Amino acid sequence: MTAAQYQLSDATRFSVSALRRVGTYVLPFVAVAAVWQFASLFFPPFLFPSLVDVFWRFIGIVTDWAQFSDVIATVLRILAGLAGAFVIGALLAVVMAQSRAAHDFLSPVLTLFQGIPALSWVVFAIIWFHGIEPRIFFIMVMTTLPAFSFQILGALQAMSRDLVEMVMSFRPSRIKLFRSMIIPAVLPDILTAWKVNLGNASRVVVVAELVGATGGVGYELLQQQQVFDMAGALAWTLQLVFFVLIVQAILTLIERIAFRYRAVSERSL
Amino acid sequence: MTSNDSTEMAIRLDGVSKSFGKPGLAGAYLAVDNLDLQVAQGQMLALLGKTGCGKSTIFNMIAGLTEPTEGRVTVDGRNPFRDFDAFRGRMAIVFQNDRLLPWRTAIQNVELGLEILEKTSEERRAIAQRWLETLGLRGHENDYPHALSGGMRQRVSIARAFATNANILLCDEPFSALDEMTGRRLRTEFVKLVKENGKTAVFITHSINEALEIGDRIVVLKRPANIAIDIPLTPAASQESKEAIRSQIQHVLAA
Ligand SMILES: Nc1ncnc2c1ncn2[C@@H]1O[C@H](COP(=O)(O)OP(=O)(O)OP(=O)(O)O)[C@@H](O)[C@H]1O
Ligand SMILES: [Mg+2]
Repeated sequence: MTAAQYQLSDATRFSVSALRRVGTYVLPFVAVAAVWQFASLFFPPFLFPSLVDVFWRFIGIVTDWAQFSDVIATVLRILAGLAGAFVIGALLAVVMAQSRAAHDFLSPVLTLFQGIPALSWVVFAIIWFHGIEPRIFFIMVMTTLPAFSFQILGALQAMSRDLVEMVMSFRPSRIKLFRSMIIPAVLPDILTAWKVNLGNASRVVVVAELVGATGGVGYELLQQQQVFDMAGALAWTLQLVFFVLIVQAILTLIERIAFRYRAVSERSL
Repeated sequence: MTSNDSTEMAIRLDGVSKSFGKPGLAGAYLAVDNLDLQVAQGQMLALLGKTGCGKSTIFNMIAGLTEPTEGRVTVDGRNPFRDFDAFRGRMAIVFQNDRLLPWRTAIQNVELGLEILEKTSEERRAIAQRWLETLGLRGHENDYPHALSGGMRQRVSIARAFATNANILLCDEPFSALDEMTGRRLRTEFVKLVKENGKTAVFITHSINEALEIGDRIVVLKRPANIAIDIPLTPAASQESKEAIRSQIQHVLAA
């Protein structure tokens, strides 16, 4: 009987802690939604539409293939741009880490790129390229490339010299050096870079889609703006927000599994 | 020493100097000063010297990880820095700190050198397993380095170096992080390994006892690194002669 009671209280305690964890995750979103809903009571719907309306519009987009394919198109543009920027950025970072001259040349160029606003890249892309997809890809790559390069370069430079020397003492081939030392050492920073750049890319992509795309979230947002449909604008925005949240969650999961080797201190910062 | 002997030498340092920073400029630090040192094939050389006298730097030059500022380093008749890849599988190093890859388990760390030597995965497993057992780490194969004690990590790093079966062993205080019993057992194991397989070994130690116990020859270094005394040991050396050598070394180290 006492044992059963113990078990019961254990189970309750577990579910309480699980609830609390879900609660702390959901709470910030609920708070933002509540403030919005509160404002909607005092303002006309075209300024602050009720969240119920927004919700149904959101569902409408997800369930209607004609509309949801726009979301998919934008998501693919984000992923393609990030992948391109990552590959080129990683190559540049490796070159910069290996050669002082390359570093001294490329680093200022990338810094210069970082100062160029996304909108300027849009203008350049329209002038330089013809197709819509090449334009968007170009804009996405140029706006996320410098961050990727610098983040990966930082990771390469922060690699433990002791460990690199240890691996080198076995005289590995270049490929083996990458596989057994460099990639595992920089992987945590690569995942972090993806997380950061994902947010940037989702913000840039809608601007890029203004270059005359006939589909995509940016295009749809423009349509909502022309008819002053605030609920629609929100519903489309939330599509991208959810995409970012889902990918972030996946990356976090990968981190948890891949970096189990890390020691966890019981005393936190 | 006749010129013929030079080919018999596993390791040769001729007039080797190493300074950090730009030589001649302020802030340059001379770590090794015009050092001549030869280690014969099959010899077990104990290197003693005060902290910071340049012992690890000498190892790095023999291993081809750094280049001497002046002079020539030759291992098996070749330059270990220039002909870097030629020494794959021929030299193994136990570093002063364990230098385990944190993302690999104990056994995966031991397998590192074997992977680079293109051994099959079964072979790697078997060799690594055997070495971990020799070093008393059975049951810890799948532990990550952060879950091992300092002495255990050091033993994993010894296993990693010895597993490659290299002919030249460079060991930087390999037994310093171990308790008396384990240290003694491993020293015996080490001597057996080196002697039975005709390997050449240079090991750094701070313990005169350890040097006397397992070295064929003891070299004591001054700071910056240069030979202060070079003492050959015969296995039959009497207790009294060992005592004499001990006080001689103590005298040099105290200088
Ligand atoms: N990469 C480096 N850059 C600058 N100075 C260095 C470097 N490596 C070593 N030194 C210097 O060279 C000297 C010799 O260092 P080394 O590590 O060879 O000493 P050691 O004899 O191994 O000492 P210990 O017994 O404490 O391990 C030290 O004074 C150190 O400050
Ligand atoms: Mg040292």
